[in-house]
Amino acid sequence: MDFVQNFPAVSILLCLFGGIISSGLRGKTARYVNRGLLLVVTFLSLCTLCYTLESGEAFVYVMGKFPAPWGNEIRAGMLEAFMAFFFCIIMLLSLEGGKKKLVEEVEEEKVFLYYVLIDLLLASLLALVYTNDLFTAYVFVEINTIAACGLIMIRQNGRTIEAAARYMIMSLLGSGLLLLGICMLYDLTGHLLMSNIKDQAAMLYASGQYRIPLLVTIALMSVGLAIKSALFPFHAWLPDAYGYSTVSSAAILSSLVSKGYIFLLIKIIYRVIGFEVFYDSRIIDVLFAFGLMGMIFGSVSAIRENDVRRMIAFSSVAQIGYIYMGIGMGTQAGMAASVFHILSHAATKSLLFIAAIGLTDVSGGSRKFIDLTGGAYRNKWAGVAFTVGSLSMVGVPLFSGFISKLLFAQAAVQNGTKMLPALIVLGISTVLNAIYFMKTVIRIYTPVEDSAYESVTFKNMKLYGLTLICFIVLNVFLGVSSQPIVDLIERGLTVFS
Amino acid sequence: MSRLKPQKEYEKTGAFHFFRWLSGSKDPYVGEIEMQPQKEAEIQETTILERMKESEMVRDKVYDVENNKVLKLFHKVYVVAAILFCVVLVGLLLYTVSYLPRIGNSANPDNNIVSERYIEQGLQETGALNIVSGMILTYRAFDTFGETNVLFIATCCVMILLMVDDVILKKQRIRNDRRFEPKNDGILQGTVFVLCPIIFIFGIYIILNGHLSPGGGFSGGAIIGAGLMLYTSAYGFEKTQRFFDEHIYKIAKITALCMYGIIGSYFYITGANGIENHIPLGTPGHILSSGIILPINICVGLEVACTMYAFYALFRRGGL
Repeated sequence: MDFVQNFPAVSILLCLFGGIISSGLRGKTARYVNRGLLLVVTFLSLCTLCYTLESGEAFVYVMGKFPAPWGNEIRAGMLEAFMAFFFCIIMLLSLEGGKKKLVEEVEEEKVFLYYVLIDLLLASLLALVYTNDLFTAYVFVEINTIAACGLIMIRQNGRTIEAAARYMIMSLLGSGLLLLGICMLYDLTGHLLMSNIKDQAAMLYASGQYRIPLLVTIALMSVGLAIKSALFPFHAWLPDAYGYSTVSSAAILSSLVSKGYIFLLIKIIYRVIGFEVFYDSRIIDVLFAFGLMGMIFGSVSAIRENDVRRMIAFSSVAQIGYIYMGIGMGTQAGMAASVFHILSHAATKSLLFIAAIGLTDVSGGSRKFIDLTGGAYRNKWAGVAFTVGSLSMVGVPLFSGFISKLLFAQAAVQNGTKMLPALIVLGISTVLNAIYFMKTVIRIYTPVEDSAYESVTFKNMKLYGLTLICFIVLNVFLGVSSQPIVDLIERGLTVFS
Repeated sequence: MSRLKPQKEYEKTGAFHFFRWLSGSKDPYVGEIEMQPQKEAEIQETTILERMKESEMVRDKVYDVENNKVLKLFHKVYVVAAILFCVVLVGLLLYTVSYLPRIGNSANPDNNIVSERYIEQGLQETGALNIVSGMILTYRAFDTFGETNVLFIATCCVMILLMVDDVILKKQRIRNDRRFEPKNDGILQGTVFVLCPIIFIFGIYIILNGHLSPGGGFSGGAIIGAGLMLYTSAYGFEKTQRFFDEHIYKIAKITALCMYGIIGSYFYITGANGIENHIPLGTPGHILSSGIILPINICVGLEVACTMYAFYALFRRGGL
């Protein structure tokens, strides 16, 4: 066995250790530990990515001396390694961008707890990405849920506590449904390891045995994960949770936590239930329909919103709808488009959150549109970054959002029955996106005579500015040189199943 | 009948006190324990006004149920929809359960090679008489490490929510100890004096015998945690802090989790790389046997006890 194969397991364990040790440190030291950890894990993921790209296939790593199906096991392919790498980068940038706000909004003696939560959240994300065992996935889903609650409520005002309570109730409902699904699946197949379940499920499906329980299991797991990732009718917790928590939390929650669950769902579709069985179950059509509804209603809510943070949060509902629409198409191309949109939305949404905080800071801390007028002149970099993020979300060429919309459209054209609704809703949603994002961009670039608020230059916010530049570069990179990444995703999905 | 002892010496014996108590001439609790009844919570007028203002604000700004017609309709529809949803979900799940394999049938899918190996070879491979311990701490040690971290992160979240400043904690020290029960309650203290050592020893017994008999880190740790809570409610925080304060809590928690992590990592990484790990399995049935299970059980027990106590202390006064 090669040395590199240890890296996925080591990165999960390192993050867990980092969290444990941080709980005994002061805030500042915990931050250094966290940053070091992120850099190391990014490096390890990059090594794993190179290794898997070179070997061209996934490898299995047994956690302990007992092979699966008896022991635990993780599995790393190129898609998993790439996701882990990408998640680390986004997390690093989001944390750096929101560092100043974190100091202002979180009590000083509780800052170390923030980094404990972040470390454990990273561990759980990595575990969700790499795991090859359904129960391990469930355990880390629990860690993920609790950590996300903590991230919301660490900024203590009434709204965040309420948002955290709401998030917890909805999210636990999702976990409960997922657990019910896993229990039933265990009862039907007798395994918890993904590949074994897949064999058994294919056998059950072919023989026609236990058809109803299998269908209900698929439904429960899909709905559970859909609730946790805020698919349209289950998004009630989202605007408050993203709108009022401290900005790093909002960026991490919208771009990573919900994406981790979606990745788990994709994993379940490919590696647990089997793509054909899932496709034939027709649950996929339900996901498709809700995805389409989310694309429209999320955007409509965003247009009606008068608070820029909540507007960006509602836009997440629409973008999650895109991802589920891609999954719901039931083709390889649709799935690849969804995975690409996971990346593009993660890069863009965290950029928007971080840029919006720069704009509200120079507008007296108000998030109302009326106060944001001319904000881009007072904080030039935040204005540029917000514009880039908006253009990307709307789907203007050169930016990452364009590529994902193009991929969705291509996937829709290849699909016979779902082509028309997908294309129509894609068009409507793009227009709606343009309405609320361009409205904001025009608003922040409307000059005001002798504004009462102070301006900020690059010198006063070097780190913040650098983070924004990195985000912009990442966005343009995803938009300009998308072909290698799309190829990687397609290869990864093939290796996946 | 002549007394063997003179009166003065007799007054010192327990029998004298017992008969005095029996005849009702002396109540041993008078003077020893605070007999004053609990005070009604005093609410000042300003607090009432403030609360009224707040609730009005909530009504006006957030949930204006009375005047907002859409919200009113929504609340009605919401109740009906929630009930309908629950009924449908319950019906659906019951319907599904009726199609699941019957419990106890030997041909069920879950009676397969997985459970067969756990049962048949578990003893040789893990050295644990308790198959469940062997399974969760050796075969699936990684899941259990995750599960222990769930407890850890749950305490972190409760800390975020409930922990108060040290200054406030010091100011409210007396109030925290005497708010809900009288100080030095003799009955409680006497009972705890007898019970607590037994509870602690029983908890330790369960942890140490986790690989031999039913039990293990989670259940034993819960018992020790319950003992700590009992001790605190009888003797107050000040006395508990003589042996268990925030500093010791942190040390115990971090050491336990790190030890588990180190043992676990050693086990995973050597196992995955095919290197022989030098953890002796011992003779099954002995107290020092079954490889990594015993140390992991101790770590898990410590962590669970710490978590239980931390929850109690945080909910009661907002600090350890």
